[in-house]
Amino acid sequence: MTAVAAIGVDAGSTAFKLVAIDAAGVILSASIEPAHPKLEAQAERLLALVRARFPEAEAAPLVATGYGRKRIPARAAVTEITCHARGSFFHLKRPHLLIDVGGQDTKAIRVGAEGEVLDFAMNDKCAAGTGRFLEVILARLAVPLAEVALHTAGAEPAVTVSNTCTVFAESEVVSLLAEGAPLEGVLRGLHESLASRVAQLAGRFVDDPRIGLSGGVALNPAMRAALTVAVGRPIEVVPDPQLVGALGAALSALLTKAGNPATR
Amino acid sequence: MILRRLRYEIVSRLVAPALLRITKRRRSQGGTGATSPLGPPLESRHKLKELMSAHYLGGRFADGAVPVAYVTSGFPVELLRPFGYHVVYPENHGALCSARRLVPQLSEVAERAGFSRDLCGYARADLGSLLSGSTPTGRLPRPDLLGCCTNICQTVLYWYRVLADRLGVPLVLIDTPFVYGQAPRAHLDYVAAQLYEAYATAARVAKRRADISDLEVPIRLAAEGTQLWGECLGLSSHRPAPWTCFDGFVHMAPIVAMRGTVACNAYYRMLRDELSDRVARGIGGIEHERHRLLWDNLPIWYQIRELATSLAAAGFNFVCATYTDAWAEPGTTFDPHHPLESLAMAYSHVLLNQDLKNRLRVMTELARRFQVDGAVLHSDRSCKPYSVGQIDLKERLQRDLGIKTLILDADHADPRAFAAAQVESRLAAFMESFR
Repeated sequence: MTAVAAIGVDAGSTAFKLVAIDAAGVILSASIEPAHPKLEAQAERLLALVRARFPEAEAAPLVATGYGRKRIPARAAVTEITCHARGSFFHLKRPHLLIDVGGQDTKAIRVGAEGEVLDFAMNDKCAAGTGRFLEVILARLAVPLAEVALHTAGAEPAVTVSNTCTVFAESEVVSLLAEGAPLEGVLRGLHESLASRVAQLAGRFVDDPRIGLSGGVALNPAMRAALTVAVGRPIEVVPDPQLVGALGAALSALLTKAGNPATR
Repeated sequence: MILRRLRYEIVSRLVAPALLRITKRRRSQGGTGATSPLGPPLESRHKLKELMSAHYLGGRFADGAVPVAYVTSGFPVELLRPFGYHVVYPENHGALCSARRLVPQLSEVAERAGFSRDLCGYARADLGSLLSGSTPTGRLPRPDLLGCCTNICQTVLYWYRVLADRLGVPLVLIDTPFVYGQAPRAHLDYVAAQLYEAYATAARVAKRRADISDLEVPIRLAAEGTQLWGECLGLSSHRPAPWTCFDGFVHMAPIVAMRGTVACNAYYRMLRDELSDRVARGIGGIEHERHRLLWDNLPIWYQIRELATSLAAAGFNFVCATYTDAWAEPGTTFDPHHPLESLAMAYSHVLLNQDLKNRLRVMTELARRFQVDGAVLHSDRSCKPYSVGQIDLKERLQRDLGIKTLILDADHADPRAFAAAQVESRLAAFMESFR
């Protein structure tokens, strides 16, 4: 059995992710949970589970990323930009533009030939272009994420939904449905709305030949379709899209093990 | 009148410096304590504090003693010097309010009166201060004249109209059309004619006679002052740079607020000598300079110390800034022998009144001259004219010079538009990308 060589934690704004990898970067264990306000306790509990299964994990270096990175006892804290670039490059193995639609941040990262960050852009102080936008409105419509694709698979044309503000969009959607707009059209419009905002951000780097997508929304086929149209070129979903940041953190931990200086 | 003038002069020249010397002594007895990644503080800062405090303390007793004017930072203040005006800069006052973190409470006063939160933070702070009477300076004198020049933005036009309406004093407006390339003759004549009128109005309000030849001295002093300021900034082309642009933001107060005076130039001679001495002795603005950066746009006044310290800890020094450089640029065109014409030329060609090509030229020259490895472009919610075009500028700098660039969303005055975790995360990722 392969041994755990490094651990990565991505303490994001909505989800907490932890992965344990072997020396080749293969994920041996992964956990995804909603982020708990007491991050330290959450990390400790999930780490205990990994260590129970892989005793050698006790000595494995740990790197933390995400908004809560500095609250996790780790060898180093590395930003989610660097970690997402590393995690995504590990899978795609070539320069690309990574679009990560997270819970609070949407990032467009130009990843170089060695997995380094060439440039990046993030949304401003507003979460209307992030995963939270969909999450809030789908919850209001009582549509589980798993069923979104079923609802949007038909030919119902999109109903325009604004994307300036999540709160406004939520009440707009409720009004649209009350006026008789079909749920399928509203859902399609919702995805297009988010996709156009993400494409606006990624548009700064539109010259990049390949585009990868990570974050929870990558699991949503309706979002993938809307984003492909909005960006105007094919989008490749990075394997384990929700774990890309945590994987990048674990890969960073491997680098610290190899004698590279810890980064913060 | 005579007694008031006497009180104004005594407070400005004697009381304020004495108070500052007492404070300085108390501070120096206390010691600095903790280790810092920043270099040793500049000795000139004591003199700077003395100068600026004297300016504001004297201001409390200025009305009724000397003529008082409120002007925009881009107003040709040289026009007021012959008449002995005490000049107040609401933008400088806004920066002071911001550094003291008073902008939210002052803004709320302005916002309750109907001014939009989307307006410039300086305007909101100033109007909030006017409406509430609250100011960190103790008291601002009541103006006799308002001087507004549209070369920095159009917001000032409406801001000063509000001031004129509320305070019931004359407003002198200098309209400087936007410049693409070089301002044509007709443009310069148009501005010079307004300057002539403004000079006459300033004389009338001060109850003095207007004589164009009286402008020679202040224009000569302003030319010399901007040149000295430019020399201070230029010393950062050395490695390590003897100071940081965050120091520069603080030390630019006299060139903004006291331009065209002997005291301003004496200050910059002292600062230049201190910086030259630091260069000779290899003393840096930060302890270990590993990377050199350019800053674009206004500073984030309420975060200067935090930003400077966290960047310095990682070996990053901002060695130049378009904002501090903007006060060194016009000096080259000041000509005491052609006062109005040269003022029209200088004040029409300020950074924010020129096209993006010029912005790119200035940034490219700074980047090359100061040998920077990267640039941070502060996208300033409060200053739209300065922030527009930054995505294009960023891409050109990256492409043409091969340097790393970052756009940082914040606000120069209002901490309510500052998300600490997001700014910290973006800066940290930017710094990581240098490894």
